[in-house]
Amino acid sequence: MSVTRNASITLNRRGLLAGAAAVTTAMAAPAIVRAQGGMLKVGVLLPRSGAQAGIGQDCYLGVELANPIFKSIGLPELEIMSADTETNVEVARSRAEKLIADGAQLLVGAFDSGQSSAIAQVAEQKGIPFVINIAAAPPITEQGYKFVFRNFPTGPMIVGDALANQKEVFAESGSAPKTVVFMHVNDTFGTSMAQSLPNLLPKSNMPYTIKETISYDPTARDLSVEISKAKATGADALLVVSRLNDAILLTRELVKQRWSPMGILSMGPGWYEGQYLKTLGKLSDGPLSFVPWYDPNKKLSKQLEGALAKKYPGINMNTNHIYTFEALLIAADAHKRAKTTDPKALAEAVRMTNITDNVSPGPGISFDAKGQNVNLKNAAIQNRGGKLVAVAPKAAANAKVEFPMRPYDKRS
Amino acid sequence: VPAEIYLNVAISGLLTGLVYGLMALGLSVIFGVVRVVNFAHGEMMTVAMYIAVVLFARLGLDPLLMMLPIAALLFVVGYAMQMVIINPFISRPEHSQFMLMVAIAIIIVNSLLMIFGPDAQAVQTSYSFDSYALGPVIVDATKLYAGVAAILVAAALFAFFQYAPVGKAIRACADNYTGALVVGLDVKQLYALSFGLGAACVGAAGAIIVLLVDVTPPLGPAYTLLAFVIVITGGMGSMPGALLGGVLIGLTEAMAGLFFTPSAKSMFAFAILVLVLLFRPQGIMGKRLT
Repeated sequence: MSVTRNASITLNRRGLLAGAAAVTTAMAAPAIVRAQGGMLKVGVLLPRSGAQAGIGQDCYLGVELANPIFKSIGLPELEIMSADTETNVEVARSRAEKLIADGAQLLVGAFDSGQSSAIAQVAEQKGIPFVINIAAAPPITEQGYKFVFRNFPTGPMIVGDALANQKEVFAESGSAPKTVVFMHVNDTFGTSMAQSLPNLLPKSNMPYTIKETISYDPTARDLSVEISKAKATGADALLVVSRLNDAILLTRELVKQRWSPMGILSMGPGWYEGQYLKTLGKLSDGPLSFVPWYDPNKKLSKQLEGALAKKYPGINMNTNHIYTFEALLIAADAHKRAKTTDPKALAEAVRMTNITDNVSPGPGISFDAKGQNVNLKNAAIQNRGGKLVAVAPKAAANAKVEFPMRPYDKRS
Repeated sequence: VPAEIYLNVAISGLLTGLVYGLMALGLSVIFGVVRVVNFAHGEMMTVAMYIAVVLFARLGLDPLLMMLPIAALLFVVGYAMQMVIINPFISRPEHSQFMLMVAIAIIIVNSLLMIFGPDAQAVQTSYSFDSYALGPVIVDATKLYAGVAAILVAAALFAFFQYAPVGKAIRACADNYTGALVVGLDVKQLYALSFGLGAACVGAAGAIIVLLVDVTPPLGPAYTLLAFVIVITGGMGSMPGALLGGVLIGLTEAMAGLFFTPSAKSMFAFAILVLVLLFRPQGIMGKRLT
């Protein structure tokens, strides 16, 4: 017995290191395997409750459509870990930290610039790639971040494209406003858009001047004062950067205060959302949105549109679905090329993205050194009978613009 | 800015302020008699708003017509809450009462989230987009009806406390608790009635305000805060003060939005509160504390 024990001790002394190494390897193996293979765990952060709940829920439709399409085009499916930012910057930050702690290997989100900025800080600190679906404030990709990528135009890009498309619309209709009142939400997105406008307007040779700028709280419960003030300027048209709930409130006040501007020119969300069309019915017709959109002629656009129509009949495909879907497309494509879920390798793969078969207009998805896709192009869309039609640029248009819009009191 | 715009905005602020006042009246009644600060006040109003939304969506019933049934329902809820949950806390320290009411508020918000989800829900009546033009002045029809309804409910409440024997008993109870016990008033019952009346007020306000504002579960805390601003400005425990405070805050928000920037309109409401606390801590119509 003692011989055996001694022999065993002798053997174990030698074997101990080998054994320990084997055990360590065995224990570490799942982590290495997890880092190299298996499904990519993607933490999707969206404002699914609070003031932006409607838009956050809408974005999530893009998430629901992604995996079946990825499977059909030979991309790996993703394991989605969902988190609600509650339309709150601090909640967005803590939910991002929790998702990473729970094993998320890549983050996607968060519709809003303020929330996306907070998530970007967390992602950079933890070394986890973050693909922004929708957020336009320029500073997000000006910080020198290595793990943050944005497949959405910045505020100046949106404004620049919007002004060019507006000129095209005015030329097409033969009618243009001489003055506008500019109303914008006072959050990160609205403020960055408002800062971009004065720089770009003089260079764009627009037919109108801004009579007054009115900023307001996006969570405001009553916008009657704002519309009274706007109406008092006597401007021909309304230039807006808004969200969803306030777009509905603004329209209600326009009708109640009997002011029908010749056009509503939106450079943000709200006016094309399904909930806007559904809530306001015929009163939703007419506004023009100059926003990031999709190229209806692209193969993947048709596939995404078909999948949306099948799963959610009656819902118009919009920016929220498109750019959330594309953020996940970037993740799946990077995972396929990186052949690993290691965050550093994934970030490198995202940086090298070159997707030409995509949904948004322009040559495709690729990122510059700052992590920004600079190839994106916007479109002008108009609400028409509960549907959305593209009216500019001409190459991507499927209808002629109706401008000036029909006055509210002339609608049955 | 044309002169009629000032008038339009002032009328709009006044009408909105009347509804705010009705909401704050409930808080004032409860605090004035029961001496419990209802931190679930705004949340109770969102419950009333959701009841109005459901009745409108399912049965097509106009919230203005449903104002009294909803107020009656909230009265029962308030009465039961006071009898079962709050009465045991009446003699406990204020922080216990505070925690109880905050807990009730959180339970209400989360229950509403589970039942109705986070999306905003609205009531769109046949007159939702109507307005009256009196020369150059345009008055929002919904706000006008809401303001008139708020005046009627407030007048009924004042009349109840002034002329009804039970109303007088409640006032006696609020003025002198020991005296009320000595003369044989059932104070526990009167407290429950008072809480019920406060809840009924907030029920009526909820049915009215749902015509003006889309309801979401997180709306409650914002209205609780607003109700506190109003009653502190008007005078804690003073019913006319609550109504005056509501009108003052409604008007201040509206005019500040017009004169300065709409982004800062809430700031001016809080500025009024700070001024009142500095120069008349008991509120505009409140009794000086001894």
